[in-house]
Amino acid sequence: MKLKKGIPVIDQGDKLGFWGGKFGGNFVPETLKKPIEDLEILFNKLRKDKNFINERDRYFKNWVGSPTRFIKLENLTKHVGGAQIWSKVVSDANGGAHKIYNATVHCLLAKRSGKKVICGDTGAGYAGKMLSMAAKKFGLKCKIFMGAKDIQRQQPNVRAMKKNGAEVIPVYSGSQTLVDAVSECMRYWVANCDKVAMCVGSTVGPAIFVRICGWSTSQISRELKTQLIDEFGSIPKKLKLYNCVGGGSSSFGFWNEFMDYDKKQCEFIGVEAGGPANSKKHAAPLTYGSKIGILHGAAQYVNQNTDGQIEETESISAGLDYPGISPLHCFLKDTKRARYTAASDEEALNAYKVVTKFEKLRPSLEPSHAFSVAIAESKRLSKDTIVVVNSCGDAYKDRGIIERRLGKKYV
Amino acid sequence: MFNPISLAFKKAASENRPALLTYTVAGDSSKKQSLEILKSISKKVDILEIGFPHNTPVADGSQIQTSSYRAIKNGIKINDIFKIIKDFKKFDKNKPVILMGYYNMIFQYGENKFLRKCKISGVNGLIVVDLPWPENKKFASKCKKRSIFFIQLLSPTTTKNRLKKIIKDSHEMIYFISMLSTTGGKLKVSSKEILYNYDKIKKINSKKNIVIGFGITEKTIKSLKKADGLVVGSAICKEITNSIKKRQNPVTNVYNVVNRLRNKIK
Ligand SMILES: Cc1ncc(COP(=O)(O)O)c(C=O)c1O
Repeated sequence: MKLKKGIPVIDQGDKLGFWGGKFGGNFVPETLKKPIEDLEILFNKLRKDKNFINERDRYFKNWVGSPTRFIKLENLTKHVGGAQIWSKVVSDANGGAHKIYNATVHCLLAKRSGKKVICGDTGAGYAGKMLSMAAKKFGLKCKIFMGAKDIQRQQPNVRAMKKNGAEVIPVYSGSQTLVDAVSECMRYWVANCDKVAMCVGSTVGPAIFVRICGWSTSQISRELKTQLIDEFGSIPKKLKLYNCVGGGSSSFGFWNEFMDYDKKQCEFIGVEAGGPANSKKHAAPLTYGSKIGILHGAAQYVNQNTDGQIEETESISAGLDYPGISPLHCFLKDTKRARYTAASDEEALNAYKVVTKFEKLRPSLEPSHAFSVAIAESKRLSKDTIVVVNSCGDAYKDRGIIERRLGKKYV
Repeated sequence: MFNPISLAFKKAASENRPALLTYTVAGDSSKKQSLEILKSISKKVDILEIGFPHNTPVADGSQIQTSSYRAIKNGIKINDIFKIIKDFKKFDKNKPVILMGYYNMIFQYGENKFLRKCKISGVNGLIVVDLPWPENKKFASKCKKRSIFFIQLLSPTTTKNRLKKIIKDSHEMIYFISMLSTTGGKLKVSSKEILYNYDKIKKINSKKNIVIGFGITEKTIKSLKKADGLVVGSAICKEITNSIKKRQNPVTNVYNVVNRLRNKIK
């Protein structure tokens, strides 16, 4: 299995949509073959259309807010006493997380296809919130599927979705989290694909959704590349990019522009959710060696039992609480371009404590996982190593959990 | 080699009626009871579809989901499913059985091992909901080699060009999904429209046995009588759920539903 240079990773799949010959694909009911093909044709055409690119860039700049900041965490760097720790503050983006890029692009595509309604899944509530914002902006009706457990633990984002006029549909099946929300959303699309567009909230699902999402979030690394050159004059000789990985959209977008650099110069570290320290359950299929299987239309490493039933996950972070992982990351793992590890609930909470103590930055529980590993590894790294953590979400949505676990003063 | 599915269609046609196909989930509500249900409805049904339950089913509505979760909760494993089929075949060895489910379970079991097990247990056909054409080409030909029908699915969204190609690669039986829906949806298009689409498929190759499924209940079955076969699934799963709720015997209640369905297409 080989990663090619000079070709975007989203385009390195084969004719049937498999990366590395085995990750991804389209394991979908017959009914979805046509709408998926339509979306493929539309996307392949529009991404080469200058007007469309200009339109996207205009919305990214003026509405999403681009570029998001790239800042040095001086105090944290001093405290850790190793590598220079920087952050790309993607939570600056309108709505407070990277999910806005994919949501915006899907709504632009839906408009072009003449659809009046868009549906989407959400875990942490960010994908749903952003889709509701973009749908409102572009005059589309919006339906969001969300696990009942996540509705309870991510109330601020649920309120935001409703305020934007979206219908939030609770999902009671299975573990009542993201995995069930995606299933229910896909089922809704099966029944309504003639009139409704679907947005999958991460780089997961049938191949076209993986590609569109990766293409959209790559805005993050386009900005970062410019910012690095502005700051250091060139891409640093020792660069390490840390990102949390749920479905894998923020991490993929954070890395994409650096794909062709040698990993000795530019290393990618993906941090999955290890779950509670005292629990066997986790949401880290890459770290813990889960077997390849099919979930939500794509072949990927996924937590499952020997019978092929998808296993329940557990994580403090709703956004990472997913048993599978993007085919793109399976590909990056097996080609050894990226390295994957996990942080536990407790480690993420602790990282949140440390970051907020030293910096004016409030990463949500998802990026707190990435900070945890970045901080631990930075201690042992040289001072000329540039560590960048994608702070891809804001902790406002997690205030309830943080108050319960760490006390009021941390909120 | 000869496949009893073909005979079932011939027999129904000779009686001037569509074949009746039922769908039940293996292990719903228990291993023992699901076998009893199969045995009791067997004489009223031409082909038995048996679902292997999956916990992230992207094409099933709430009725079949409920049945699937119930079966999984009660501990059903793939090997139990093969056992149920084997036991059923001891009881009625000529009744065709089609296994239906999601690809991951076959993938984890291993395609070849799965097909060997199918053969030993007496499975005559396979429907894999999320393995569409052309992705299913290789697997379908493996099935064919073992004289197991791989049943291609067609939907109202399938384009004409695609219809032709799929039909060309299909075995003797094809499943036409009546409407845009997960299983168990209310019939939201007229039977006239469904039969219009059905005729379009039939015209491409009249030798294929086309069954219609999704949204078929006691209310709607009669209006689709002219098809080669009709599949009822959710209405039966729902009957099991209701029987459990009312503390009645699912076996008798399901039999009664099937009997009424059969009478409507006499
Ligand atoms: C802030 C934040 N970070 C990360 C994620 C994980 O998703 P992904 O891996 O696709 O970036 C989520 C998902 O909801 C999120 O809200």
